[in-house]
Amino acid sequence: MENALEIKGLCKSYGEFSLKDVSFSLPKGYIMGFVGQNGAGKTTTIRSMMNMAHPDSGEIKIFGLDSIQDSCAIKQDIGVVFDDLYFTPHLTPKQIAAQLKCFYRHWSDEKFFGLLDKFKLPAKKKCGQFSRGMKMKLMLSAALAHDAQLLILDEPTSGLDPVARDELLDILTEYIGDENKSILFSTHITADLERIADYITILHDGKIFYCDTKDRLMEKYIVIKGGVEELPKEIEERSIGYHAYRNGFEAMFERSYESELPDGIIAESADIDEILVYIAKEAAKNEKA
Amino acid sequence: MKIIIKNKSDMPIYEQIKEQIRSQILDGSVEENEPLPSIRQLARDLKISVITTTRAYNDLMDEGFIISVAGKGYYVAPKNNELLRERLLRSVEDSLELAVRDARTAGLSEEELIGLLKTIMEE
Repeated sequence: MENALEIKGLCKSYGEFSLKDVSFSLPKGYIMGFVGQNGAGKTTTIRSMMNMAHPDSGEIKIFGLDSIQDSCAIKQDIGVVFDDLYFTPHLTPKQIAAQLKCFYRHWSDEKFFGLLDKFKLPAKKKCGQFSRGMKMKLMLSAALAHDAQLLILDEPTSGLDPVARDELLDILTEYIGDENKSILFSTHITADLERIADYITILHDGKIFYCDTKDRLMEKYIVIKGGVEELPKEIEERSIGYHAYRNGFEAMFERSYESELPDGIIAESADIDEILVYIAKEAAKNEKA
Repeated sequence: MKIIIKNKSDMPIYEQIKEQIRSQILDGSVEENEPLPSIRQLARDLKISVITTTRAYNDLMDEGFIISVAGKGYYVAPKNNELLRERLLRSVEDSLELAVRDARTAGLSEEELIGLLKTIMEE
């Protein structure tokens, strides 16, 4: 399978923070969810891909091209949507189009204004006055108007109402429909990913914790709950983020241990939010120890 | 063809898709040789992952319910009654086995269980 994005051994440190040997790839034609706590390194990884941050070591290939050497060629074919508008706020969409046209080889006014129409965005209003949902749609319109082959979304849904989020999911599933386009989608709203993402990459403390298909992730972990005395010590040791409170305990396990659990313990599939929470709890526990 | 996904279901989404396509093929509401939506079209319509729909289609192909025609897409497989019957028989056996096991756990006698089966069949 051809990869739209390939990251190998990416390392980068800034003071306290560091990305440690981050490697993953996104096959062409699919959506990858990119999740992790704030400060886990998602934005640094994205900034490195865009040649906005300079890695200490490692290699990033986008469409098979080197992210540093071929940065200009790559940028022709990627579109980004961030949580905040990156266009000058006093410009109107019409003025933005006039500017972007000069930079993008494949820019299409027809497509851009068609999308503005579809999303009901006024072409002659200053974009700084747009609502959050409108800003997100404006960035998407610009990305789609230059025929981006890879969309990079960094928290596009934060602060959006459920209707706008649903519209975004619609646009994204339509976008990858032609089998050639790919999406890297970083978000804290994991319910969006649980539906549309094909792959999930979890970053924790600058390292990859998980990178594989979403279906496998959803099957991999269970959350169990029960009375403290019900769980044998040797099983507790294999838990992730074990946490006891007055009336019982909660912990996450790999599903492969399910058969060893004593009767009477409640086991439920863990969703992405729970997985993130238990990974963080486990890390906090190990730090204390 | 009708496919409805329950978000809050214990059944994984790919199973739900399989189950619904399979039962519509079995009850004849989808004809043989009828084209199915493409993997990507279905993912888009249901707003779910492409990998999930791929898995459902692959399983249905393995089970002989649908076929893939290179360059054209997926179709409901021509009816193979022998195979279908075989599969249904196996499913009946499995379900009965399960029922017997539960009946034993519940301490039901043989007559009671058969009585129950008859009542259900009369419904």
